[in-house]
Amino acid sequence: MIELLNNLLFDYTIRTVALGAATLGLVSGALGTFAVLRRQSLLGDAMSHAALPGVVIAFMLTGSKAPLVLIVGAALAGWLGTLCLINIVRYTRIKEDSALGLILSVFFGLGLMLLTFLQRSPDARQAGLDNFLFGQAATLLERDVVTMAIVGGLALLVLALLWKEFKLLSFDRNYGSSLGFPMQVLDVLLMSLFVIAIVIGLQAVGVILMSAMLVAPAAAARQWTDRLSIMVLLAAFFGAVSGVAGALISSLGRNLSTGPVVVLCISAIVLVSLLLAPNRGLIWTWIRRVRNRRRLRLKPVLRDLYALTNQHDNPYYPHHIDALRTTTGGGGVRWTLTVLEELGWVQRINQNHWALTPDGLSEAKRLTTGDVMRET
Amino acid sequence: MTQLQIEIQLIGIVTAVACALPGVFLVLRQVAMMSDAISHTVLLGIVIAFFIAGSLESPLLIVGAAMMGVVTISLVEMLVNTRLVKQDAAIGLVFPALFSVAVILISRYAGNVHLDVDTVLMGELAFAAFDRWQGWGLDLPRSLWLMSVVLLLNGLLIGLFYKELKLATFDTGLAAALGFSSVLIHYGLMTVVSVTAVAAFEAVGSILVVALMIGPPAAAYLLTDRLSHMLGLSGVLAATGAVGGYWMARWLDANIAGSMAVMVGLIFMVSFLLAPRRGLLALVWRRRRQRWEFAQTALTIHLLNHEGKPEAARENRVTHLQEHLRWKKDFAGQVIRRAEAGALVVRKNGYLVLTENGRLLANKAMTH
Repeated sequence: MIELLNNLLFDYTIRTVALGAATLGLVSGALGTFAVLRRQSLLGDAMSHAALPGVVIAFMLTGSKAPLVLIVGAALAGWLGTLCLINIVRYTRIKEDSALGLILSVFFGLGLMLLTFLQRSPDARQAGLDNFLFGQAATLLERDVVTMAIVGGLALLVLALLWKEFKLLSFDRNYGSSLGFPMQVLDVLLMSLFVIAIVIGLQAVGVILMSAMLVAPAAAARQWTDRLSIMVLLAAFFGAVSGVAGALISSLGRNLSTGPVVVLCISAIVLVSLLLAPNRGLIWTWIRRVRNRRRLRLKPVLRDLYALTNQHDNPYYPHHIDALRTTTGGGGVRWTLTVLEELGWVQRINQNHWALTPDGLSEAKRLTTGDVMRET
Repeated sequence: MTQLQIEIQLIGIVTAVACALPGVFLVLRQVAMMSDAISHTVLLGIVIAFFIAGSLESPLLIVGAAMMGVVTISLVEMLVNTRLVKQDAAIGLVFPALFSVAVILISRYAGNVHLDVDTVLMGELAFAAFDRWQGWGLDLPRSLWLMSVVLLLNGLLIGLFYKELKLATFDTGLAAALGFSSVLIHYGLMTVVSVTAVAAFEAVGSILVVALMIGPPAAAYLLTDRLSHMLGLSGVLAATGAVGGYWMARWLDANIAGSMAVMVGLIFMVSFLLAPRRGLLALVWRRRRQRWEFAQTALTIHLLNHEGKPEAARENRVTHLQEHLRWKKDFAGQVIRRAEAGALVVRKNGYLVLTENGRLLANKAMTH
């Protein structure tokens, strides 16, 4: 552990990789929130696949592997892919899922075709372009990370400046139009930000797994909060944490690509969030359901005991448990009575006889008035 | 063409058709992205089955991959059922995670066998013909045998359950009311997709599987309204894409699977632009025509309105239309010319008079 921390601080490669992964996690987490909320989670998948031919063509045209050149190429191709997607859905009866799959596979196929076309040419400078398939975080240089940080920072700045508008776009687009905001423009702008988030991660995580970095942090963050601002911050945090964790873990083993490890880290965060998050988490819901079921049994038993005592002058008249069993029906009456006793609403007179307490009497009266009954 | 070239193209054609047939139902049932998810996760099934069987040729690999396909669907449905994430996010969460596990397992423990991730993604169709199997006096590539069996199976299953699939695809409610289990059909289809994907991945790679499953049916969907025609057309388009892609790859000396995907994309683009009724050009042309038709109808209604009334002398003058209908001069002139050509109006010393046809049109438009 100490050694790991030491590496993080002083080993150039590991520090660079961790910083790069953290940057991309942060940016894609924050922006991915909007993709998930707008049910465009798979758009990232299509965009990142579509970016591949852009990378290759950018290299073919310029002969340079400078990060900014490749990022611009990737962004243009990703953007073009999105444009095709929108138009296919708008002008034909083909639904979004088919359009996504089509764009994704055809653009990716084009990328592979061009890549292999380049590889078979004698020019050796193209070596390393295929790192974009799965990402090769170990090849990240400081200048790559700086480029990522600047481009990502700009994207986040746009997000912050147009926060209100994007919020409106995500939750109530029609209201936004009625207020006179140019929703179409905002839509395209937000998609362009997605493209940026994706392309800065390509070198580290690769086109195939990049979409997970857009979806997973946001899906995890969604479980913990209902507020957009907190969700964005949380998603950025989760993304950054899984980036650093993934970079460190992959540095431990030989032959461990960073991309898949980062994806597994963020998937683990998602799993924990799904299970443990308060209110929405699965375990929490399960506990609530059990508690509700119990509470549902308490009420009928108390109500029936009250109904039985109503036939006597004395409101604290003890009744045999079998009487309650016939009126309430079902099992667990004795167990329910002991719970009611713990609550101080009934008392045990002898082995099989139970009576209301003053507290229980008022509670039962409250229960039998209509409103409260309906409340449950 | 040499025998090798013919065989590679045959593998391509058989694979393409085998993928396109179940793809039709993926496109129609709007679950196309499941093919993307499955084509990635079958890799994990293959890896696990490989660890158990110890060989890449074991039939266990197909079983493992098919099971992983079903596991993928179940995981996605499970996630959706928790209602904590939406379906698109669920797909986006499940397959990268499973795929990552597979990639890590391969790079850690299977680095020295012929199971590298690049092959899974891109396939190596060029080498597929070297691995041969003999049977029934025929000496053919293993992939060709395998894909032929899968094609036959897919065709057989679709033929057998044609009515059920059709019903469940186009009218889920009625299918459920008649007692067909939509869950069973869904899982059945997904199993077919998984088996096809795993059989095809070796030859053509997982991405081409997605392209072949979605591209040809999507293109065919714009060309026909009949399910049976769509199935046939998808098969033809897929085969065309396979052959075209092969020759493009040879011409560029590039990856065959990638070229086939590009060819499928081109075929879709042609269909998108030129499809007789649903293509972009047809759409634009139809809108233009409707615009003129509407303008002509408006003209006849306007004329009919004032026909035989005192103001007709003023209203039905040719020059007045620009004012009254707020048409630009050129536009008004064109509308009148078209209406004259269509024998809806005639010009009589500067005035427009409706013909019998024009009057009929105006009346019809107004009573609708």
